[in-house]
Amino acid sequence: MSHFLRRQGWVTGLFALLIVLFIVTKLIQPGYGSGDFGSLARAVLPYAFAVAAQTVVVIAGGIDLSVAAMMALTSVTAASMMAGASEEYALFVVPFVLAMGFALGALNGLLIVVTRVPDIVVTLAMLFVLQGAALLVLGAPGGGAAEWLKAMISGTVPIPGLPDAVDAWAPKALLVLIVCLCVIWIPLRRSRLGLSIYAIGSSELAAFRSGVPVKRTRILAYALSGLFAAFGGLALTMSTGIGAPIPGPYLLASVAAVVLGGVALGGGKGGLLGPIVAVFVLRLVRTDLTLLAIDPNVTAIIEGLIMVAVVMFGAFITMRGRQ
Amino acid sequence: MTTSPQQQSPLLDASGVAKNYGAVAALRNASLSVLPGEVHALMGANGAGKSTLVKILTGAISANAGRILIRGEARDIRSPAAARRAGLLPVYQEPSLIPDLDVLSNLRLTGTPVEPFRAWVRELGISDLDLRDTARDIPLAILRVLDLARALAVEPDVLLLDEMTAALPANLAEKVLEVVRRQGDAGRAVIFISHRFVEISALCDRATVLRDGATVGVVDIVPGVEEKIVELMLGTRIEKTKVAARAGQGAASAPALPRIAVRNLRVGTKLNDVSFDLRDGEVAGVVALEGQGQDELFAALAGSIRPSGGAIEVDGKPAKFAHPIDAIRAGIAYVPGDRSEALAMQRSVRENIALPFSAALRNWGPIAMGRERATVASAIQRLQIDTRAQGEVQRLSGGNQQKVTIARWIAADARTILCFDPTRGIDVGTKQEIYKLLRELAGNGKSVLFYTSELEEVQRVCDRVIVIFGGRLVDIFSVEEADEPALMRAAYGLPRGAKADVGILADPSANPSDAPAPEARP
Repeated sequence: MSHFLRRQGWVTGLFALLIVLFIVTKLIQPGYGSGDFGSLARAVLPYAFAVAAQTVVVIAGGIDLSVAAMMALTSVTAASMMAGASEEYALFVVPFVLAMGFALGALNGLLIVVTRVPDIVVTLAMLFVLQGAALLVLGAPGGGAAEWLKAMISGTVPIPGLPDAVDAWAPKALLVLIVCLCVIWIPLRRSRLGLSIYAIGSSELAAFRSGVPVKRTRILAYALSGLFAAFGGLALTMSTGIGAPIPGPYLLASVAAVVLGGVALGGGKGGLLGPIVAVFVLRLVRTDLTLLAIDPNVTAIIEGLIMVAVVMFGAFITMRGRQ
Repeated sequence: MTTSPQQQSPLLDASGVAKNYGAVAALRNASLSVLPGEVHALMGANGAGKSTLVKILTGAISANAGRILIRGEARDIRSPAAARRAGLLPVYQEPSLIPDLDVLSNLRLTGTPVEPFRAWVRELGISDLDLRDTARDIPLAILRVLDLARALAVEPDVLLLDEMTAALPANLAEKVLEVVRRQGDAGRAVIFISHRFVEISALCDRATVLRDGATVGVVDIVPGVEEKIVELMLGTRIEKTKVAARAGQGAASAPALPRIAVRNLRVGTKLNDVSFDLRDGEVAGVVALEGQGQDELFAALAGSIRPSGGAIEVDGKPAKFAHPIDAIRAGIAYVPGDRSEALAMQRSVRENIALPFSAALRNWGPIAMGRERATVASAIQRLQIDTRAQGEVQRLSGGNQQKVTIARWIAADARTILCFDPTRGIDVGTKQEIYKLLRELAGNGKSVLFYTSELEEVQRVCDRVIVIFGGRLVDIFSVEEADEPALMRAAYGLPRGAKADVGILADPSANPSDAPAPEARP
């Protein structure tokens, strides 16, 4: 139990913060209900994938600035391929786009490993390249998406044996998020690759000496990041029905959630659950501030302050715990 | 101790191993042959190439030339993983568990079986290990033992231990040595790197000695072999060098107060109870093997770390350095061995020299350029710094960079200069100039503390030599006595003069190295 608390203390705290925020929301807006929760889940979906993409590389001791651009490119690719095509064609588009994300991510990793140019430079360059490519694919927002894909994240999941009132709190978007992340993350955490990703982030030298293929692991970490970004791109297309070549504010949001989620920017520490919960926290704060009719510019300031305060508080608790 | 089984074919046979870094040859022609069932010591002075050879054998770097046979088969060891597969497992000086993973995950990462690991951990004297503990939270000494247990658990053919007992408290060290000895009995082999003759004579069957990147001898460990090993490590340089007559300078002005008095100085577990004086007008040498506490001594005197006990007196007054600026204000300047630690590499020679006296924050306002230029120019001239590439210090040669680091303190008129291995990796000509410069400084009444890893420099430069071993000051030589064999013996913790008493017959308690550090690390 003490082990659990020590390891998961941060995530537990974030969950508590999230619950407090839900209560606050309910107080501000007594009418806040399952429908609003559903739209929160849908809004969170692309952010959550962006955060997952960032989390993997940060744990491996790197950073990926191309996450948002990668999402834009995969989104417009999917949207332009599906525009006017048959419903069944989308069955091919989805794996194609995911593979594309994986390959582009691997390219990121490969460039970093081979050229030894710092990751921040390589992924920044990649950001520009991918942004340009996205505009080449679709000059303006457009394209389309298969109906079944759009339907995947709208509405709720009917859980047999439970009253509709409960079902209403299980939006499909949340389920898609959980399934996609679990299918990749849980086996990864238990594999040697997962361990190696943590190992190279924690201490590259010790990992090398422990026989970890450091370069291969780094490339795979970026490839996984690309895969998650492609999921994010698909989520964008699924929720809007089109593709937009100009990426949203997903890059900075992903870094913010990674930090808030208890992942050390130096690498080696943290998990995926924390950042995902952090995304919900950040989105919900924004919702609350909007409901309070606060100037959006002030909203951004408050979000920044919350992040600093939470991280400082966390560092403070950690230091107290050590003494 | 077992008798060395000469007829057996070696488990590991490396020959003709060479490694160059650019134009510098770290290894020229090293060979090492280890028989089954033996504990084999690998020895050599600083810079002889031990660590390079170890890195090559364990796949951390690849050799430029040479052949490595394992059980008679040629193997190309390209990575630590490959070395592991070939049955060669190292335990490095710094622990190699991943700090953010728990012990269990660390075992999974290297594919180490858990039960044998647990058994070894118990065997090595640690009863209360929780495999769920994160490596970062485990004390250093325990981590080293865990590293060893992890290596033992996969039953490697050849186990390579680099200074295994260095950070261990006595009770753990004893268990470790016991286990290592038994490895030999089981038909496996151990390569044992240590600076402690007592351990080597108690444990090892043979020793391979490296000098200047080449294997110069393989000896059986028998009582009294220490002399032979010291001789091999020094090579032909053993004949006595003539000591320049410097006695006059030192004795002429014996001031009442020492410039710096170090009293019972203690830094963590690295430096223990060190006391000595540094007088005006002298160059005091410091000789020690790597990692014996000399780094901490210099850092404490330079104000970059705080000692945990004892006192430093400057001109008779107790001094507390909280920051290097305090030491600099007391006229104590530190010239680090690694020049990149001292210089702003992208900036010019002038800026680098002027930094300590021009850039002090209390000197608000514009820098007095004329005065600065004059001071810098005179320092450059005095040290004959080659200023053709003065726009960026990083384009100077290593020797000229070192001169810049010294020049800035001459320009700042520091009264005491702490030189930490200033001649490392620079050419012979510049070395000579630096020796001359240090003597000149002493002649002008400055004091110099001079750590060197090259023993022959001692008699060229120093008036006295302090020898540190295992964090303690073990001897002080006057320059006339400080020939290389004497220094080498002292640096290895061997008592002065006593030749027959050293070795397995010696009483270990007589050796300061065996006095254990009280605690490994908080």
